[in-house]
This record gives sequence, C-alpha cells and structure tokens, in this order.
Amino acid sequence: MGKDNTILEISHLHKAYGDHVVLDDVSLTVQQGEVVVIIGPSGCGKSTLLRCINALEDIQGGQILLEGNEVRQDSKLISQMRQKIGMVFQSYDLFPHKTVLDNITLAPVKVQKRPKSEAEEEALELLQRVGLEERKDDYPRQLSGGQKQRVAIVRALCMHPEILLLDEITAALDPEMVREVLDVVLSLARAGRTMLIVTHEMSFARAIADRVLFLENGGIVEESTDPEAFFRQPSTERAAQFLHTFDYEKPVKESREAKGTDRMELAEEP
Amino acid sequence: MQSLGIDVLFKGINFQRLLGGLWVALRISLISVAISIVLGIIMGLLMVNGNKAVKAVCRVWLEIVRIMPQMVLLFVVYFGTTRVFGWNIPAEESAIIVFSFWGTAEMGDLVRGALISIPKIQYESAMALGMPTGTMYRYVILPQTIRRMIPLSINLITRMIKTTSLVMMIGIVEVLKVAQQIIEANRRTSPNAAFGVFGAVFLMYFCICWPISRLAAALEKRWSDEDPDSRRHGRKKDRKSSKKKTAGTLQTKAVS
Repeated sequence: MGKDNTILEISHLHKAYGDHVVLDDVSLTVQQGEVVVIIGPSGCGKSTLLRCINALEDIQGGQILLEGNEVRQDSKLISQMRQKIGMVFQSYDLFPHKTVLDNITLAPVKVQKRPKSEAEEEALELLQRVGLEERKDDYPRQLSGGQKQRVAIVRALCMHPEILLLDEITAALDPEMVREVLDVVLSLARAGRTMLIVTHEMSFARAIADRVLFLENGGIVEESTDPEAFFRQPSTERAAQFLHTFDYEKPVKESREAKGTDRMELAEEP
Repeated sequence: MQSLGIDVLFKGINFQRLLGGLWVALRISLISVAISIVLGIIMGLLMVNGNKAVKAVCRVWLEIVRIMPQMVLLFVVYFGTTRVFGWNIPAEESAIIVFSFWGTAEMGDLVRGALISIPKIQYESAMALGMPTGTMYRYVILPQTIRRMIPLSINLITRMIKTTSLVMMIGIVEVLKVAQQIIEANRRTSPNAAFGVFGAVFLMYFCICWPISRLAAALEKRWSDEDPDSRRHGRKKDRKSSKKKTAGTLQTKAVS
C-alpha cells in the first residue's frame, strides 16, 4: 500500500483530563478502504481516540491529519472536516423531533446545501439497503434500538464521509438486535468503506478487521494485520488475558457434600 | 332571593367597556409575553454558554425578579424614575417594561433548564454531522428545547395575564378597574353589582386563559409522539394505546 492511499494519519496523540492521561503517544495510520478494529478493556481510551479524531475532544499533544489536513477543535474549518468523518455513537443520537427521513436529510440539505429532492432520493435508497424504507416517516421513538442504529449509520453515510467511525454501536442493544446492525457494517466493509470500529463483539471484530489494535491504558499494546492469528494466539500476554475474559469454561460439578460446605461458608461470611 | 347584580352588566355600554378594559390587559400581557419569549431565549442561551460574569448577572437578575413583588417593580419604574431621572414613562409602557423584565428572567430560566436537559449526545451527533453551531441550535437543539418548555412557559404566560390586574395601581384602566368603576357608578341602583360584575371579569379571565392551557395540552400531546423517553420500543401495534394513555394524563393535568 502506497503512502498516497493514506486517509488518516495520527501521530503522537496525547490526551489527558487534568492529570489523568487517557491517550499517551498514540500513532496510527489508516489507508483508504481499510477496516481497523480497536479493542481493549473499558476505560482504555478507545472511545476517546475516536472522539479525538472527530475533534469532539480537545487534544493536549500530537497531530491528527485527515487527507493531509489537520483536524483541530479550534479550527475554523472544523465543520467542513467533520463532514468527511462520519460517526455513529452508542445510542440515542438520532434527533427525536425529526422523522427518520428528516434525520437523514437534515445535514445534507442544511449543511452541504444539496437539493432536498436529491438528498431524499439518496436517503431512501440507503434506507432500502438497510431494510427500513417503510419506516421513513416514523419518529425515532417508534423504532427498535437496532433500527435506530441502522438509521444512524445511514445518516452518517448520506454525508458521503471519507471515513466512518463506529463507537460501540451495538453496546446498548438487546442481543437479538446486534446481528441486524453488524450485518449492515459488514456490507459496508465489503463495499470497501474505510472504517475505524470500536467494539466488544469479538467474533465480529475477527470477521471484519483488516487490522486489529489492542489498546490498554491509553497506549497501543498490540497491533496485528492478521486478525485470525491475533484472536487465536495474540503475541502479548495482556491481549491474551483480555481475550480470555470472553471465554467461559464449563464448570466442573462438585460433589454434594462439598457444595454443602460451600454454602455454609458463604452463609457465614458476612 | 337577592338580585345577583347581573343586570348592571347590560346597562348602557357597560359590557363593551369591560371588554375594552380586557383588551388593555391583554395588550399589555401579549406585548410583554412576545418580548419575554425573544429576550428569554437569548438570556437562556447566555445562562448556559456565557462566561462567569454574564451568568452571575443573569442569576442576580433572576433573584431580583423572584424576590421583588411585581407591584414594587411597577411603582419603581412608574413613580420612581420620574423624579430621579426625569423620565416620563407612560403607565402602559411602564407596565410593559416591568412585565418584560419579569418575563424575560423567568423565561430565561425555563430556557436554561430545557437546554441543559437535552442530552450531550444530541449536540455531539449534530457536530459530528458537520453542523456549525448556529445550524445545530436552529435545527436540533432549539426545537427540542421549545418542545420541553411549552408546558412551563404557558404556565408563565397565564400568570402574566393574571398579574396584569396589578397595573390599575399605576392608573391604567384595565378590566378590573373598569369593573370597579361600573360598580361604583351603580352603587345606589344595584347594590349587588359587585357579584355580577366581578363574576363577569372572572369568566373573562377564564375564557382567555383556558384556551391557552388547552393549546399547550394539545401541543404537548402532538409532540409527545416524538418524545424519545415516553416509549422505548414502541411499535406500530401499541401506538394507539399509548396515545390514549397520554391523552388521558394530559386531561387530568389540564383540569388541575
């Protein structure tokens, strides 16, 4: 992959809230069409990293370049930059006072000044692709969590972003709705869309990633361009430990007597 | 049975005079409400986004308005300024100044409350779509703020209409003053006029304020369909029943 294909270049990113360092010297380059999955324990800074890329957080050091242009919170061009960066959040980011269709076309029409009819046409086409064209006149509250997230993805796509940031988009969903959302993301990957994904769905990460980043305590601990190998046998001890937390072993049944004493011990404890 | 004094209402142009007085009261309150809404939105935005000094000024203003009886404010503006500053503010303008001063502060506080009740994610997802601040407020934040504010601000508006009865203390002849005049004039012939005339004034206030609170209820009902918190997983099937439910609760609210 040549350097000219680089979409996003993060170098020595430093982010702290006061004394609390959240991201420490993080560097990352994302190529056009690449799907990068970021995993790691809670509080490791993965969501913060995505939020920094979209300048929703200010940064204390380092640089973020999108197509060679610096992304800075205080930049006058930040609105234009953000149009190139699509983002979907964990939940509740649809506008509750607007219908599905208006949610999607609001920014294309009001920000990009595209004709309403053209934006609506594209919105309907995208809605059809995620199987929701019949819900175009519904309000967000009438949709299930999974449907809302699919609309949120469509809303981001309708702005024609260069890169899509997905921040734990299935974390707030009921288990049976996770699939319908992730299927949409998989189809985007097949279409060659550049994505940066933070997720806790390990089997999804394994399937979709071109590259996996394991983040801990604000730093990249392990990076692998072979997700299959990474998920089977990560090379760092920490990553192995983390992945192990998703595996459950069948409990070995103890004898009745042992159980009885167990219970007594538990009862005596307080 | 004693006469109820209703006959006085229809003597000469008495009823017309009462309506004229009502219009004076309404004119003062409507102009003040319009000014309060516009300035109140600006004040609310300042209370949320302003620097410390601006916030402090707004807070002091709000406290003054809350602590001070409106009548005192009316006296200060109408009688006080004439001597000290030599301003000769007409009574009706004085009333509008005082009511706007009061309404702006309270409306500002309502806007502030509604603004901070909008989840942070709404701001962030608007920003993430590349919306500049102005666009974000105009299309995303303010429409939601206004929907949340409606019930409380209607309450404020009806309070302002009712409080216009104080302006007769600075010489404005509004509906209550007209009522007094009519009663005085007919003291001899119908000593019971007070009941009929004040009763009519009561009904007039009711006829003005009741439709306003019904309108608020109707708007609230329409917008509750768009409320994200009212039903999480609402599907088409159970939409009807939920609508009925909200309508029911609103009715009881309106009555109380």
